[in-house]
Amino acid sequence: MNAAARCTGLWKRYPDVVAVAGVDLEVHLGECLGLLGPNGAGKTTTVEMLEGLTIPDEGAIEVLGDHWHATDNRRLRERLGVQLQETQLPEKLTVEEVVRLFASFYQRPRPVDEVIALVEMDEKRRARVGKLSGGQRQRLALACAMVSNPDLLFLDEPTTGLDPQARLKVWELVEGFKSGGGTVLLTTHYMEEAARLCDRVAILDHGKVIALGSPAELVASLHAEQIIEVELTGESGAADLAGLPGVSSLAFQNHAARLSVRDIGVALPALLTAIEGAGVGLRRLTTHQATLEDVFVHLTGRALRED
Amino acid sequence: MRTRPHPLVELTRARLLEFLREPEAVFWVFVFPVLLAVALGIAFRNQPASTTPIGLRGRPESVARISALLATDPTLRVLPLAGAETDQALRNGKVDVVLDTGDGTSPTITYRFDPTRPESRIARLLVDDVLQRKLGRTDVARVEDRHVTAPGSRYIDFLIPGLVGLNLMGSGMWGLGFAVVQARVHKLLKRFAATPMRRGHFLLSFMLSRLVLLAGEVVAVVGFGWLLFGVAVRGTLLDLTVVSLLGAFTFGGLGLLVAARPRTIEGVSGWMNLVQLPMWLLSGSFFSYARFPEAVQPAIRLLPLTALNDALRAVINEGAPLHVTWPQLLVMLAWGGISFVLALRLFRWQ
Repeated sequence: MNAAARCTGLWKRYPDVVAVAGVDLEVHLGECLGLLGPNGAGKTTTVEMLEGLTIPDEGAIEVLGDHWHATDNRRLRERLGVQLQETQLPEKLTVEEVVRLFASFYQRPRPVDEVIALVEMDEKRRARVGKLSGGQRQRLALACAMVSNPDLLFLDEPTTGLDPQARLKVWELVEGFKSGGGTVLLTTHYMEEAARLCDRVAILDHGKVIALGSPAELVASLHAEQIIEVELTGESGAADLAGLPGVSSLAFQNHAARLSVRDIGVALPALLTAIEGAGVGLRRLTTHQATLEDVFVHLTGRALRED
Repeated sequence: MRTRPHPLVELTRARLLEFLREPEAVFWVFVFPVLLAVALGIAFRNQPASTTPIGLRGRPESVARISALLATDPTLRVLPLAGAETDQALRNGKVDVVLDTGDGTSPTITYRFDPTRPESRIARLLVDDVLQRKLGRTDVARVEDRHVTAPGSRYIDFLIPGLVGLNLMGSGMWGLGFAVVQARVHKLLKRFAATPMRRGHFLLSFMLSRLVLLAGEVVAVVGFGWLLFGVAVRGTLLDLTVVSLLGAFTFGGLGLLVAARPRTIEGVSGWMNLVQLPMWLLSGSFFSYARFPEAVQPAIRLLPLTALNDALRAVINEGAPLHVTWPQLLVMLAWGGISFVLALRLFRWQ
């Protein structure tokens, strides 16, 4: 068994939407696999089917060499750690009480003190959940997921809505778990998060995996080092931009042109010359290193986050 | 070696802590029923034998003469009325009966009263009896009165067990129903479902937390009834404990069943009211269900709150041993057990 989890031909249809439309995935032992995609791409449904919380309409699932059974899955659940999107832990209980409660569900839990120390909440152990900040709540959710000493950790958007500092702490926790040999499947719509934490990333859109590979491989698939975004005034002569030297592809998004560029030293002067020659004004021009975000835009023509 | 806490203990503990840290819940479960008992106890307390108000009308000299005759009896209170006031005084209960001496043309005395009002019928008999004796009637049979006040026969004695029953129903159903649905709304149930927690443990912990809290609830109401109104528990405390535990189990199960599916607090509230309202009215908490038609009484007796109220009254008021109320205990056991099993089967975890 070299896969911690595997699914093939996974489908889930709801009355109003097809959430997952034929997903094949394999999470290798010891890796962190990220599901990257916009809201509604089917990330949560996919993960919850792997967690045995949602029953797929079609497809096969294997988790840690076992399958989800109709009745008793306690042995398999002993080995998993789960953090769900939007779980609100009991507000009236303290941090310690919540971790103790979750610990009691497992045959061989980690000591409560140890887990609380791990998520750096010693000084908050007697604080009620209702008084915690968003970042602290998220770390408590991680403590509850890791109290089982899991082989496989599922994290569903672990840092959504957190400030950068709180996000960094969560990342450090996940990295710590991985360095101890744990396997992680995480969903996110932050490409920085996927780039930092994940060994491999599956990009999901409309319930399908549209790209899969290491962050570096995915970015390399653009055949571009840099991205130039340019917004022009007036009737844009943008059609001419495609043929510029050093440009590997061109896409339009909200009146702006996005050029994927192999060699910015060649492409940028050529672009400026072309704009001048077309007699249109330049409203905005930015350049950045190509990222996973650009991979997503390249594949779908849309941004990961519409905010 | 560290002993691992049992999940059932931890779940029950968590549930109890959550409840006790919610001031509103504590008020509704412990304080409200006591306040209700106090208010109802005062409103319906047995008053010392009161005077009966009698209205008098007619010609002034007749009124004065009869008024003097009646004044010798301490249980009557005589109020002279002008003609126009008569109907109003009867209507609003200021007097129970009006004695009309007439306009002097006839010696007949007329009693004006509403025969559907029991107190008016009694007042008519009382005033007539006093009047006839004063005017010379002699009794033919020798009679003697011996006053007996049977303990446990007052309204408050009837009411306290009913309030205990009502409270066990209310806190069982609302307490569990809200907590379960809130956990569902907050996706906490789904999170629990992702652990190896036994699902039966989760539901059982709710029942157990009810059994623990019940001690406080029953003691609060029964204790107040005893201190304030002298309502005694005639049966053994063990029997009272057994009946109360069974009551908490019954309504714990019913509460879980009602909360097994709804996804919103509003949804579960509607179902809770639907289930509880008939029992509020029919199950004899505030007044005896013997007042309902004979034909529906077997059905009323099958309601869990009726069974609980009857069993509680048997223990508290009559001091009956438990085996006397076995049909009631069986009804409660059946409701609680069937509800729990159904709840476990129907329960929606997400």
